[in-house]
Amino acid sequence: MNLYARRKFINAFNLTASVLTTLFGLFFLAWILWVLFARGFAGLDLSLFTQDMPGPGSEGGGLRNAIVGSLLITLAGILLGAPVGILSGIYLSEYGRGTWLAATVRFVSDILLSAPSIVIGVFVYAIMVAPLGGFSGWAGAVALAIIALPVILRTTEDMMLLVPDTMREAAAALGAPRWKVILSVVLRAARSGVLTGVLLAVARIAGETAPLLFTALNNQFFSLDMSKPMANLPVTIFNFAMGPYDNWHDLAWAGSLLITLVVLGLNVITRAFLRGKKQ
Amino acid sequence: MSAPEATGERPKHNPLTETLFKGLSLSAALLVLATLGAIIAMLVVGAWPALQKFGFFRFLVTAEWNPVTETFGALTPIYGTLVTSAIAIIIGLPVSFGIALFITELCPVWLKRPVSTAIELLAAIPSIIYGMWGLFIFAPFFSETIQPWLTDTLGQVPVIGALFDGPPIGVSVFTAGIILAIMIIPFISSVMRDVFETVPRELRESAYGLGCTTWEVMWKVVLPLTRAGVVGAVMLGLGRALGETMAVTFVIGNSHDFNIGLFWPGNSIASTIANEFTEADGEIYTASLIALGLVLFMITFIVLSLARLMLARMAKTYGGKS
Repeated sequence: MNLYARRKFINAFNLTASVLTTLFGLFFLAWILWVLFARGFAGLDLSLFTQDMPGPGSEGGGLRNAIVGSLLITLAGILLGAPVGILSGIYLSEYGRGTWLAATVRFVSDILLSAPSIVIGVFVYAIMVAPLGGFSGWAGAVALAIIALPVILRTTEDMMLLVPDTMREAAAALGAPRWKVILSVVLRAARSGVLTGVLLAVARIAGETAPLLFTALNNQFFSLDMSKPMANLPVTIFNFAMGPYDNWHDLAWAGSLLITLVVLGLNVITRAFLRGKKQ
Repeated sequence: MSAPEATGERPKHNPLTETLFKGLSLSAALLVLATLGAIIAMLVVGAWPALQKFGFFRFLVTAEWNPVTETFGALTPIYGTLVTSAIAIIIGLPVSFGIALFITELCPVWLKRPVSTAIELLAAIPSIIYGMWGLFIFAPFFSETIQPWLTDTLGQVPVIGALFDGPPIGVSVFTAGIILAIMIIPFISSVMRDVFETVPRELRESAYGLGCTTWEVMWKVVLPLTRAGVVGAVMLGLGRALGETMAVTFVIGNSHDFNIGLFWPGNSIASTIANEFTEADGEIYTASLIALGLVLFMITFIVLSLARLMLARMAKTYGGKS
């Protein structure tokens, strides 16, 4: 083989490999989604939303208490995490721009973004569950808030930085104080982007399991009391999947499909939006 | 809304509001720092009884994990964490590179967005779903098809053959590594794609103009320029793999026996904590689990810091975003 033929061959070989790796990645996405639909779709009926979890060995049942618990914990987590995330994002993009403090906060937030979620669960166990004497929905919400915080912080900063400085200067020239410039001009211009960040955080925490294992724990019964152990979908899926009963497995698949549809749906919407915004 | 009458006076603003708002946003930013500080402090304090009893170094190298005699050592979980992550990187790195290459150089423009979105959706799937799929679908498939084949081929090779040894039950360190690989591919490939796209078009075009093939442009022009960013991307993926909990807990088998063979059930730091934390009774048991958490946090902290530093260096060179 001469030099040209060899170069052409290496090129063709590697590019084929590149196409194959892409197909490899897409194949797993398709496989997982297909399995979820094949196993979970049958269970996705009305009784899933109207009946509570079945006890060991009992027939039928649904996931009503787990779905309601998950909604409550996720909502509380976002309500705790979003204000801190948005305010610190404002600090990074406005007051602290270019300072070492802002750089440190951004670095720490990036670390928290990828920190092992199980460690955050242990942390919340130590600061809330152990001293207050019991597992609770609130502890789960705090753990999720810590995970949501860096996602919201990052998007808020990015979105506020997209607002041109000329708008800030124009508002300042009209005599508006800094806080008014930020709230009424910059944040308003970046409003939809910030909201997208919050939705992205919802998608991130809705399926989190590890931080809930020793904070919210689980509850077989319907409960709206956030100060008690609370049923939630991810931990229920974990327990049911590990359990020995067939109807538990079916419910775990139905719950998995439900979570995946919600999380992927939120992701597709927010990604389409963010991409439009950045261009 | 009618406009207010012009009076010629400037509107009055209370300077206190400004101070309050600035203080509020500053304290939110400080709370982020405090959270990390509190996590580290809590891990050290919580792990202290165990570290004091066993000694930090001896804790790391002891393989025994026995709640009855209250002897705890972290060797098996640490080995499991490192080995599963290593398998994930060995499989995930070439695949991610291939995907990034496909998206930046080969893919027709209309296909770019759907393909990158689909790959990124892999990262959005909650880890518990990977666990379910891994336990019920992938593990049986793996033990019936791929594992016997690997045992018959690589398992017969001297020295490394010992790695491909173990019972055909599907739940093993190796299965966990493969599932981690699938989970980190979207992270690595999307960061790689971003850093590849920061390379100026003129450089690629000059290389093509000199007669380079697509592969040569990639391998000899783009990759050397983006080396720091690529290393950062891999570190980011590694950080994810090290701390992943649920998917690993489902398929790793949760055994405290120390085995070199990759097809044996094992344990990782995260899966040990997930399985045993609520059941742990006694101060030393809980403290040992927290000490495991401390070790995990230290490893991921170092890996993620390096990743961020690499990506920041990359961004400085080309003004791209990390």
